[in-house]
Amino acid sequence: MALDEIYKEVILDHYKSPRNKRDLPGAAYTCSRNNPLCGDEIRVSANVEGDVLAEVTFQGAGCSISQSSASMMTEAVTGTPVAQALDLASAFRGMMAGDVEPDEDRFGDLVALEGVVKYPIRIKCAVLAWDVLQEALQGDGAASGTQSH
Amino acid sequence: MSFDVASVRRDFPILSRTFNGKPLVYLDSAATSHKPTSVIEAEADFYRLHNANAHRGIYTLGEEATELYESARSTIAGFFGVTDPARLVFTRGTTEAINLVAHGWGRTHVGAGDTIVLSEMEHHSNIVPWQMLARATGATLRYIELTDDGLLDLANLGSLVTERTKVLAITAMSNALGTITPLRQLIDAAHAVGAIAVVDAAQAAPHMAFDAEALGADAVAFSGHKMLGPTASGGLLATRELLDGMDPVFGGGDMIREVFHDHSTWNDVPYRFEAGTMQVAQQVGLAEAVRYLQALGMDAVRAHELEITRYAMDKLLDAGATVYGPKDVQGRGGAVSFWFRDVHPHDLAQVLNEEGVCVRAGHHCAQLVMRRYGTPATARASFYVYNTAEEVDALVTALDKAGDVFAL
Repeated sequence: MALDEIYKEVILDHYKSPRNKRDLPGAAYTCSRNNPLCGDEIRVSANVEGDVLAEVTFQGAGCSISQSSASMMTEAVTGTPVAQALDLASAFRGMMAGDVEPDEDRFGDLVALEGVVKYPIRIKCAVLAWDVLQEALQGDGAASGTQSH
Repeated sequence: MSFDVASVRRDFPILSRTFNGKPLVYLDSAATSHKPTSVIEAEADFYRLHNANAHRGIYTLGEEATELYESARSTIAGFFGVTDPARLVFTRGTTEAINLVAHGWGRTHVGAGDTIVLSEMEHHSNIVPWQMLARATGATLRYIELTDDGLLDLANLGSLVTERTKVLAITAMSNALGTITPLRQLIDAAHAVGAIAVVDAAQAAPHMAFDAEALGADAVAFSGHKMLGPTASGGLLATRELLDGMDPVFGGGDMIREVFHDHSTWNDVPYRFEAGTMQVAQQVGLAEAVRYLQALGMDAVRAHELEITRYAMDKLLDAGATVYGPKDVQGRGGAVSFWFRDVHPHDLAQVLNEEGVCVRAGHHCAQLVMRRYGTPATARASFYVYNTAEEVDALVTALDKAGDVFAL
């Protein structure tokens, strides 16, 4: 059944047992956004030591795609330099656009989200957390500025 | 007072499509309805045989196009119990019709300190134009709140609709909750204080007899594409008094009488509101859709939907779904919003899609409703003349599959 292609086990696992889903009071970076199409909400918070993302957490509610993507993202970027996390964000967006190969070495668990590419309307769900991370790190998210869209 | 659903289904060519090897189960008619062959052919025949611009050509073909367009106006107005076709302004649907009243009438009749009364169950198309009007004029918006059962809370109606109220804009049937509103009471309350009553009939008009004349609303907005007609068909039915006092919102061809260097004079009602080339073929198609509905009989349409809505609500509740809106089917239409176990509506709709079942998932352009009931979204199944109990069964079977995938 084609459902297996979108709802892979690893996605359901992150959805049912999200990682790093907690508040991060006093975080250096935080930003929240929602996807008006389906009401998904994601808030991403991060602390940096030097130029490395020491701690990245999320809070939110929404569909399995948006929430599992956020959970996998926190795992993928924690411990990486900010620049590398931002590179991964654009590479992930590229994978969702079908422009970047879903390379497991590069994306880890995130390759599971590749099945979403076939359902264009759900791509927004998958990239929401990454948009929020990028905005937190680059935009008005610094020093707890919060943006909502 | 009934019709043969199997025979109705044969009139809708799209229903023979399959997805993933399964027959299409289309449960999203509140978003848009399918079109019977007669409507598709009426629009195609216009292009095939009668195409010309309306109200322009002297030649016979132009006369034919004009005649079809204007007879569509009479047919469609008649469907709403209105005998004077000049009281029907063609628009591309409900949204444009409400904007026309808000900007064409509101800008000159509503001022600072006035109030506009809406309800929390309005579709965004019956909220945002009034917000724009309020912002432009300094008027204030007031909302009729909702009860836990999905009804309008009319306990405070007297303090909401006051001498300062200029507009009461209300849906006849909620697209998100299914609720049928007590229009008689609301329109009387508006008229008692000298306000106009504007009715959003986008959901009601396709599904039950709707006599705009008997109702006495000042303006009624409707969409053709939800009532078996083409997209971009529909209109605004209004009283002569309201239309005579309304300014055009769009200027251009055919809406003028004379154009000078510095000003113009307007054409008669309703043409002054129909600038530029209109959706001629689409309104001709809508007239055919109206004839199709009249042949079924709107009381029979309502009876069929009551039956299937009752069946669906029973099945959904049995399956453990939370159903929003009135539980009494007599007080609601065939749009049933629900949440199934812990499955997010978007995930639910995705799983149902694999089974060929189309439901809407999201906020249904009614974010105030979602906020009121503390949910970001719902899944919504909605029914029309071509839906069957077997399709409800297909929905419920597919729900169980979703429940299995997402069991927490």
